[in-house]
Amino acid sequence: MKLSDLRYDLSLIASWIEEGSRVLELGCGEGDLLYWLKKEKAVKERGIEIEESKVEKCIEKGISVLQGDINEEIEDYPDNSFDYAICSQTLQQVFEPMSLIHSMMRVAKMGVVSFPNFGHYKVRMQLAFTGRAPVTKELPYSWHDTPNIRVLSLTDFEKFAEEVGYKILKRVSINTKNNQRQGKLITVLPNLLATYGIFLIGKE
Amino acid sequence: MSEYIGPYQTGQTIGVVEKKFFTFAGREDRLKLESGADIGPVILAYETCGTLNSDKSNAVIVLHALSGDSHVAGYYDPKDAKPGWWDIMVGPGKGIDTDKYFVICSNIIGSCSGSTGPMSVSPETGREYGTHFPVITIGDMVEAQKALMDHLGIETLLSVIGGSVGGMQVLEWCARFPDRVRSAVPLATTSRHSALAIAFNEVARQAIMADPNWNEGHYYSGKKPDMGLAIARMIGHITYLSDESMRLKFGRKLQNRSALSFEFGAEFQVESYLQYQGKKFIERFDANSFLYITKAADYFDLARQYGSGSLVKAFSRCKAKFLVVSYTSDWLYPTYQSKEMVKAMKKNDLDVSFCEIDAQWGHDAFLLPNERLDHLMAGFLKGVSDEIE
Repeated sequence: MKLSDLRYDLSLIASWIEEGSRVLELGCGEGDLLYWLKKEKAVKERGIEIEESKVEKCIEKGISVLQGDINEEIEDYPDNSFDYAICSQTLQQVFEPMSLIHSMMRVAKMGVVSFPNFGHYKVRMQLAFTGRAPVTKELPYSWHDTPNIRVLSLTDFEKFAEEVGYKILKRVSINTKNNQRQGKLITVLPNLLATYGIFLIGKE
Repeated sequence: MSEYIGPYQTGQTIGVVEKKFFTFAGREDRLKLESGADIGPVILAYETCGTLNSDKSNAVIVLHALSGDSHVAGYYDPKDAKPGWWDIMVGPGKGIDTDKYFVICSNIIGSCSGSTGPMSVSPETGREYGTHFPVITIGDMVEAQKALMDHLGIETLLSVIGGSVGGMQVLEWCARFPDRVRSAVPLATTSRHSALAIAFNEVARQAIMADPNWNEGHYYSGKKPDMGLAIARMIGHITYLSDESMRLKFGRKLQNRSALSFEFGAEFQVESYLQYQGKKFIERFDANSFLYITKAADYFDLARQYGSGSLVKAFSRCKAKFLVVSYTSDWLYPTYQSKEMVKAMKKNDLDVSFCEIDAQWGHDAFLLPNERLDHLMAGFLKGVSDEIE
């Protein structure tokens, strides 16, 4: 399998993961990333996913996944059981993101976090010019039915990591197209121009 | 909403299978039981489906529940009305694919479908054991199955799979013989009975023992405690269903009548169903076996046996890769009991997958056709065999 078989943001995360490492993915969906990492980088994979039908797809692929709530399930793992804990495009839906990130950094040496950027210029313009809660491709819900209860910008996350004492080891800002299948890196004014941010964080 | 799919069926039947017997534990080498007693000779009835590969790495043992037997799939005779008890899961192209795996299923010790149990004749007395049969445990059942694996020349099992009391045997296999089990699938089961589960078993046992024909367990030359056993089975069947499944299946519908008849016959459909299940059961099952096997299930406590009370410690012995499955409407062995096991496995860094299948059919769900379970099983087993290569 090629790196390009993965969704664009997942391919960037996959490129960061060391061969043969231990990986926990929170909210692993149908397990595309873990499956790729197991096959191509021989990682020891574990996933947590709440939806039964997606858990079935994961186990069908032969990867190890638990059905359950990420906030609860992460608690049972001993300290430093993993090299990486990945939370891809889920952080903005978590009720207590700070406690989740602390748990990730307890069970793993490093954390990978990705989320849609609420600082993107289209978001800013919608609020400024229509006076309404922004609805975008990346955050496509209305204020009353959105699962995205903790929207944040790239700058917000950087400040947050600094405040709680985690070190940002790597970061990329991206723009995606074709249902996120493809995309490109954004290096100029990322907090204004990127639709997603991906961060690798470590302990100080 | 239930994911249960009515007449769902995949693959084909394995066809004609044969009931085989294995005798061991002779005079010199009697089987030592957990109670301290010993027994011999021991006969196990068993069935095999598929072909053992040259390096003997594709063997899967399926462990049956309380009232099951070795006839897991296929037909003894093409004219048989019904196939083995898990024919929907075991066969060519099915969840446990007999084109890939060599499947073994043996009747548990203490049962009454060909293996040594209370209705077998004791070589010492020349009469049926009855209640002179020693009390057996889930561990004893597994010890006997291990002897069968030795006989078949199978050192390592690709997987041990079973639901309910069969699931307890799965857990016991993993703790007792950790080096001989590559993977394990405990379905709709528990690491120990709740007080609720023991309570239902005790009422069922009391029904048998209160039957005057039971005669302290020595009834084989006279009338059998049919009424007691039938009531025991009726109680069991209630625990295998759920409020929802009973509502959908029976509701308050009447059987063969349109109005209440103001008498004590089986008027409601649910009454008639339970009576039918009871009647059917006495034709094929021995009351003493029911007492022994339910007792073994009540005694089973993985944490006490292997972890001085700690389930985490008990699982620290295990090495298998696990797939744990529970069902939303199973109130006999509810999901929280499976989750307890999963938690203990995680704390030991064991490789575990867990899925709670949404099904309305109660504890019985694990024996009903379910596309999701088929997919989980096939994918999990494939993953385990891929890891060997």
